[in-house]
Amino acid sequence: MAHVTELAPGVVPGLPRQAPAPGWAARAPAEILTAFDYGRVSQLPGGQTLREYTFIAQETEIEVAKGVMFPAWTYNGSVPGPTIRCTEGDRVRIYFQNGTRHPHTIHLHGVHPASMDGVFEQVPPGHSYTYEFDADPWGLFPYHCHTMPIRKHIEKGLYGTMIVDPPTPREPAHELVMVMNGFDTDVDGENEVYTVNGVANYFNEHPIELKVGALVRVYLSNMTEFDPINSFHLHGNMFKLYRSGTSTTNPELTDTVMLCQGERAVLEFRYKYPGKFMFHAHQSEFAELGWMGFFDVKA
Amino acid sequence: MAARSHDGRGDDGQGHASDAPFPARPPDAAPTSDTAPAAPASGKSGGALALLALLPVALLVALISLFVVYGDELLGPAPVPPDALGKLDIERLWFRPEGVAVQVVNTGPAPLTVAQVIVNDALWEFAIEPGPAIPRLGRATIGIAYPWLEGEPVTVKVLTANGLAFLKTVPIAATTPEPSSSLLLLFALLGVLVGVLPVYLGLLWFPLVRRLDRAVLDFLLALTAGLLIFLGVDAVVEALELAGRVPSPFRGIGLVAIGVAGSILVLLGVSRRTIDAAAGRSEAERALALSFLISTGIGLHNFGEGLAIGAAYAVGELALGAFLVVGFTLHNITEGFGILTPIARHGTTLKNLLLLGLAAGGPTILGTWLGGFAYSDLWATLFLAIGAGAVFQVVYELARLTTSKGGSRIATPLGAAGVLTGMLLMYLTGLFVA
Ligand SMILES: [Cu+2]
Repeated sequence: MAHVTELAPGVVPGLPRQAPAPGWAARAPAEILTAFDYGRVSQLPGGQTLREYTFIAQETEIEVAKGVMFPAWTYNGSVPGPTIRCTEGDRVRIYFQNGTRHPHTIHLHGVHPASMDGVFEQVPPGHSYTYEFDADPWGLFPYHCHTMPIRKHIEKGLYGTMIVDPPTPREPAHELVMVMNGFDTDVDGENEVYTVNGVANYFNEHPIELKVGALVRVYLSNMTEFDPINSFHLHGNMFKLYRSGTSTTNPELTDTVMLCQGERAVLEFRYKYPGKFMFHAHQSEFAELGWMGFFDVKA
Repeated sequence: MAARSHDGRGDDGQGHASDAPFPARPPDAAPTSDTAPAAPASGKSGGALALLALLPVALLVALISLFVVYGDELLGPAPVPPDALGKLDIERLWFRPEGVAVQVVNTGPAPLTVAQVIVNDALWEFAIEPGPAIPRLGRATIGIAYPWLEGEPVTVKVLTANGLAFLKTVPIAATTPEPSSSLLLLFALLGVLVGVLPVYLGLLWFPLVRRLDRAVLDFLLALTAGLLIFLGVDAVVEALELAGRVPSPFRGIGLVAIGVAGSILVLLGVSRRTIDAAAGRSEAERALALSFLISTGIGLHNFGEGLAIGAAYAVGELALGAFLVVGFTLHNITEGFGILTPIARHGTTLKNLLLLGLAAGGPTILGTWLGGFAYSDLWATLFLAIGAGAVFQVVYELARLTTSKGGSRIATPLGAAGVLTGMLLMYLTGLFVA
């Protein structure tokens, strides 16, 4: 079993001992949208697929709205952190190093032993811990730090998405990861801006290109702090809603979904008409404070 | 009086030189001194004086330089980065058909950069002049094409690059008046109605006051003093209240002190010139000079009143009641009366009466213009304080006038009754303003 261990002498806290997955630091929302981290893949003796990840908690200054900097705590330099992608039954191993000045953990949703739950094994600054578990069951899961005060550790940016694919893969689609969140830049217990994938109004200024008739799948999760709920509304269309992504049958057909903090859903849709279509929180306030974007559907 | 104070000043000058801790000889004293071993050349002595004056300054510069260079080492790293303590004051909002303009001033310890503007919980695009980076005590104006609604609240929140948020709410949005000839005229009319006309109406009592006997006049003089004391206290309270809204680096309370003391001192100087210059002449001229002093003091006070009316109009509050105008008008008729009492026994020309009324009432118009078009808490605080000081100085002159012969006539039962009646009169007419 893994233990919380002090990083080897000579390892300067704050500097990675092992390089994180290439290019993860300071990712733009558009990159987070489509970057799936499958890890370093190998076979275990029994034939089980092993996926190894390195997560480094860092203190990173990020831009959360044009010109507004936020002193975030990140996994590998971005908020949200890397999107872990594996298949049910895979062995997932995460080498976690804490390069910040505060203790942290990684608490993953899903089925796993208590010691892999990221609650009791607090990882102090300059220490490391290895999480290892079998991906179970398939579905869409958030992960986040579970150090107290938890609200602070989530609000600062320590969270991300884990997709566990079903053994029978879903239909191929244009897949998008969207993490709804907010940032309290003046530390008054309220979010100043709301975003998807970390920058307010990003997809307003950088519309997401889609093709008419092509299947689109959105892995949507809500990691907004302070506000209990967030929502997603799609213009000019309806989507199939699979709550928690744990099923591929009997979807609900709707155009708006409300998610509680930590809740997530898989959305599937195809555009019938070309043109620009908006997607945004249906709480107008969140939408106008940055949680708003466009799909640019090409014929 | 004037001569003595001049002498006094001269003595003080000498005294300071001889009290100096260094055995330097004042250059002027050299020629008559026979104890000096050698009269130093005046140029050399001047150089020595300059050296003495500059030495502390030079040492201070050295000290500050040392602190600038080594201060960081001495204090260690700042517990909080200075820009985390940043402060931006939203001074003013203008509502125009095309949107909202916001004036901000950086009153914190470090430069700040404006990054985003949120109006009523929505991010809005904005333009900023002269630029988003605002140095300490620097100002900038932000323009937002926000479709605000007449009569509804507007909250502007300015986000800085380091994530700080500063906001201001205007409870009732109303189009900010732009200086135009019609509006200038409207404000002038308001000023005339509130400040000029009532003062002249009060002056119409002149023929009556002239026929009163001395005891009644003394009572009325005391009553005038009472009116003025009330006005002065009222103005100080208002100035202190406003001082709290002045951005902290500009020290509103200090401004009140400077305004009150400054206007008292300046007017004391002026009154010495006018009243004491007239001392040799007739008592009538002295009385007229005092009347002019009173009307100047009241004029400064009415300037503050005009500011209040103009500012109220600018933020759409005047629409809440013609009551306010009626109240001020009633209140000010007593002021015209106060101006009359010193000259009552001597009489004066129509021209002087017109001038007296103008000095007292005219500034109301200037006040409404300034308050309506260029209101700022800082200037309003200063002007209110100046008005208060002026009024107190006039009370002092009145007290002097009534003690010129045979002791004080205010320190009599009749005088005390007059002062209290004046204050009560102001209190009662003031009820209409609240
Ligand atoms: Cu944490």
